[in-house]
Amino acid sequence: MAEIIKSRKAVSVNPLKSSTPLGAALAYLGMEGAVPLFHGSQGCTSFALVLSVRHYKEAIPLQTTAMDEVATILGAAANMEEALLNLQRRMAPRFIGIASTALVETRGEDYAGDLKLILARQAALADTTVVFASTPDYTGALEDGWAAAVSAIIESVVAPWSPAMTSFQQVNVLPGVGQTPADIEILRDLIESFGLYPVVLPDLSGSLDGHISEEWCPTTQGGARLEEVSQMARAVHTIAIGEHMRRPADLLGSLTGVPVTVFPTLTGLGANDRLLSLLSHLSGKAVPARYRRQRSQLLDAMLDGHFHFGGKRIAIAADPDMLFSLSRFFNAMGAEIVVAVASTANAPHLDSIPARRVIIGDLADMEDAVRAAGGADLLVTHSHGRQSAERLGIPLLRVGFPIFDRLGTAHMQTIGYRGTRDLIFRVANLFMGQMHDHAPGDFATAWPVPSSEEIVHDSASFADH
Amino acid sequence: MSDALKAKVAELFNEPGCDKNLAKGEKERKKGCSKPLTPGAAAGGCAFDGAKIALQPITDVVHLVHGPLACEGNGWDNRHAASSGPQLYRLGVTTDLSQMDIVMGTGEKRLYKAIREVISRYAPPAVFVYATCVPALIGDDIVAVCAHATSRLGTPCIPVNAPGFVGSKNLGNKLAGEALLDHVIGTMEPETSTVFDINILGEYNLSGELWQVRPLFDALGIRVHACMTGDARYREVASAHRSRVNMMVCSTALINIARKMEERWGIPYFEGSFYGIGDTSAALRSVARLLVARGAPADLIERTEALVTAEEARAWARIAPYRQRLTGKRVLLYTGGVKSWSIVSALQEVGMVVVGTSVRKSTENDKQKIKDLMGGDAHMVDSIPPREMYAQLRRGDADILLSGGRTQFVALKARVPWLDINQERHQAYAGYDGMVTLVRELDRALSNPVWADVRRPAPWEQGDTEDWLDDNVPRLVPVAREG
Repeated sequence: MAEIIKSRKAVSVNPLKSSTPLGAALAYLGMEGAVPLFHGSQGCTSFALVLSVRHYKEAIPLQTTAMDEVATILGAAANMEEALLNLQRRMAPRFIGIASTALVETRGEDYAGDLKLILARQAALADTTVVFASTPDYTGALEDGWAAAVSAIIESVVAPWSPAMTSFQQVNVLPGVGQTPADIEILRDLIESFGLYPVVLPDLSGSLDGHISEEWCPTTQGGARLEEVSQMARAVHTIAIGEHMRRPADLLGSLTGVPVTVFPTLTGLGANDRLLSLLSHLSGKAVPARYRRQRSQLLDAMLDGHFHFGGKRIAIAADPDMLFSLSRFFNAMGAEIVVAVASTANAPHLDSIPARRVIIGDLADMEDAVRAAGGADLLVTHSHGRQSAERLGIPLLRVGFPIFDRLGTAHMQTIGYRGTRDLIFRVANLFMGQMHDHAPGDFATAWPVPSSEEIVHDSASFADH
Repeated sequence: MSDALKAKVAELFNEPGCDKNLAKGEKERKKGCSKPLTPGAAAGGCAFDGAKIALQPITDVVHLVHGPLACEGNGWDNRHAASSGPQLYRLGVTTDLSQMDIVMGTGEKRLYKAIREVISRYAPPAVFVYATCVPALIGDDIVAVCAHATSRLGTPCIPVNAPGFVGSKNLGNKLAGEALLDHVIGTMEPETSTVFDINILGEYNLSGELWQVRPLFDALGIRVHACMTGDARYREVASAHRSRVNMMVCSTALINIARKMEERWGIPYFEGSFYGIGDTSAALRSVARLLVARGAPADLIERTEALVTAEEARAWARIAPYRQRLTGKRVLLYTGGVKSWSIVSALQEVGMVVVGTSVRKSTENDKQKIKDLMGGDAHMVDSIPPREMYAQLRRGDADILLSGGRTQFVALKARVPWLDINQERHQAYAGYDGMVTLVRELDRALSNPVWADVRRPAPWEQGDTEDWLDDNVPRLVPVAREG
């Protein structure tokens, strides 16, 4: 069991976290015809917007209630109302997802109540679905915001089960913030191949997959459709990915009676064997030939890849579910997790991460821990790790959010047999790019004269016991 | 907001150096220069963002943001302000206030500890401490914490009091200027001082643009003592008051520094630009003239003339080969301020046609220059809603869009070339060399073969799939069922 250690610093240097409202905005962007709205000062939105655009290389609709000093002091319900009306007038969205920020939460008004009153008195908003999630920056990070927004959508949109509802060959999917549009495409194909119909919430594969259309659209184009989300009670099962999706999944379960399976990760052989068994069981159909083939491709990739993973020392810094998923993956391929840093402690499974300890901290903590551990072979984190990787002189595998210095982030796959296979190749290729030519100095142990270093090392490991 | 900050903001709105401000009536001026924001229709950064942009390029100090995560966590390591040495400024440093800090009111304590930790770890010559909305709302006094830390820890801690909700990015720029005036400039003496020393204000060395013009000053023997704040060291800014002339670029972002340095230390300033060939020459001439007026040898003016003549000729000669390829190409220039006209002459010189230039943030002066350059005001456009701009580009009203990142996808989704000329760009476009780079980039963007490919509809949408086949490809023929 990993020991959980909280960083004791008063200062965060090179933050690992992205903010909670930003996580909520990303979830809202997985709805069709949507505009996310931050309830806060315009800077809150501007920073999140710029970062999202740098990650997705797409126009991102994200708006602000633009609280100024007066609104901050006197109350901001009027700003929320004006913002909703302006959005409706300018963009005619079908869906507006509001995320609160630290600024409004510090004031502590009853924003959900305000929203109810606004919706009751404004006929102009009658055709727009508006949901609200409480996501102060000062608690949690990206995963928490994402999950809060999904819960808010479920609460406001999903119709509870009723006897009149006809059951359907439908499977609900609640992906986590770590799943890319490409990952969702993988899942959709997989579920459809069993003759089942997937309803994905939120669905970034339609909205943020980077595509060209024939007209300009100020809201999201594509994404989960409200009609379908409202009918989630028709499903035979709900699949959620990541521990952070357990709460929204349970909420959906209690509202609809649809049974829930939470997959802590869908990267790796075992997790996908479990997923396919579930789908086979639900549909009563055998696993299709193409997935048997993909499984055997994965086995082959594991065999070819394990030479490069074995004994490698890996440092990972990520949000809890991403950290869990990737540390399991590396561990299962024979690598050692020498440093594991989580952005927040809001996760029940941090202690089951295959590392001696899990630090709750930032990228500077990660860097210090790598040095203290005597180095690592690979750093795994988002693009902000580039400075650390440079200083540590090791390659960086970019994962999660934000990835702003690489193209194609929406199309990176890490789940399913196929995504796992690709991930093995990506990592192995990074290692192969670092391969070093052997020199006589590499063979200090070839002749049994112990070097002074070894003596020190031996006595140290003896003292450990 | 605190009374001190309120007074500061009021004072900035009264800036006598700002011609835009002077053109307003007494009542209008009181309202301030930041337009009230429209909820649900606002764009752009906050005052904190503006302050950070203006000061972050000081490379050897720690920039510490006091606030909850998002203010720094979502924004760090995002611009391309280059450094010739120290990398400390690239760290993302924040107190990452927790709910506990806010509820228990321990923000100030946490800030003090944070300052102590960064000083003991990084030993910077100074720490810049930025206020944000939440600590401002709960009454954390960063000025007092900074004063206390400075005296206890012996390292200057500079409070930058520009919480986001006080206003726009532009106001934040100016509040950053105030922080430098109140706490930094004039606090140290330069190691050496010459009659050729100048400061450049409002130049941030994005993508290394300062280095693109610095050789011109070097060639004239003019020393850029302090750049505010591109590639700056703390010491240079702190001793900037000994320079002889201030050049203010980037319109009026740091005008308060220029004017108050004139007031306090008698340093004359002028507004100039390094965007455009004529502008670069004008800037060099102004620097030379002002330096000579303040005691530099008179031959500086002749030497400047010689350099300007030679460099202009060299630049035009380098641009000439592009003329044939670019003649007649139509540009939509969607920026604002100085850039709405400063690069127009270079575009016209290579034969390009400016079909529109936006005057959203331009002054009356800017507008007059557009009229002079393009004959009449027919080409001036105000802000264009994205949908409208998309339609124009899709229709083919322009061959290329020159703008900032915000409208990037409007052009790309309309399958029209786009060139970034705002702060996030990766190319340096300053000085004579920069105009050559700009023309080269325009040519690269316009001549890329992808445009023809991406504009062509799929064969089946044209109904011309037959044209795409080899001859004699057999077609599946439905077979009639028997019986």
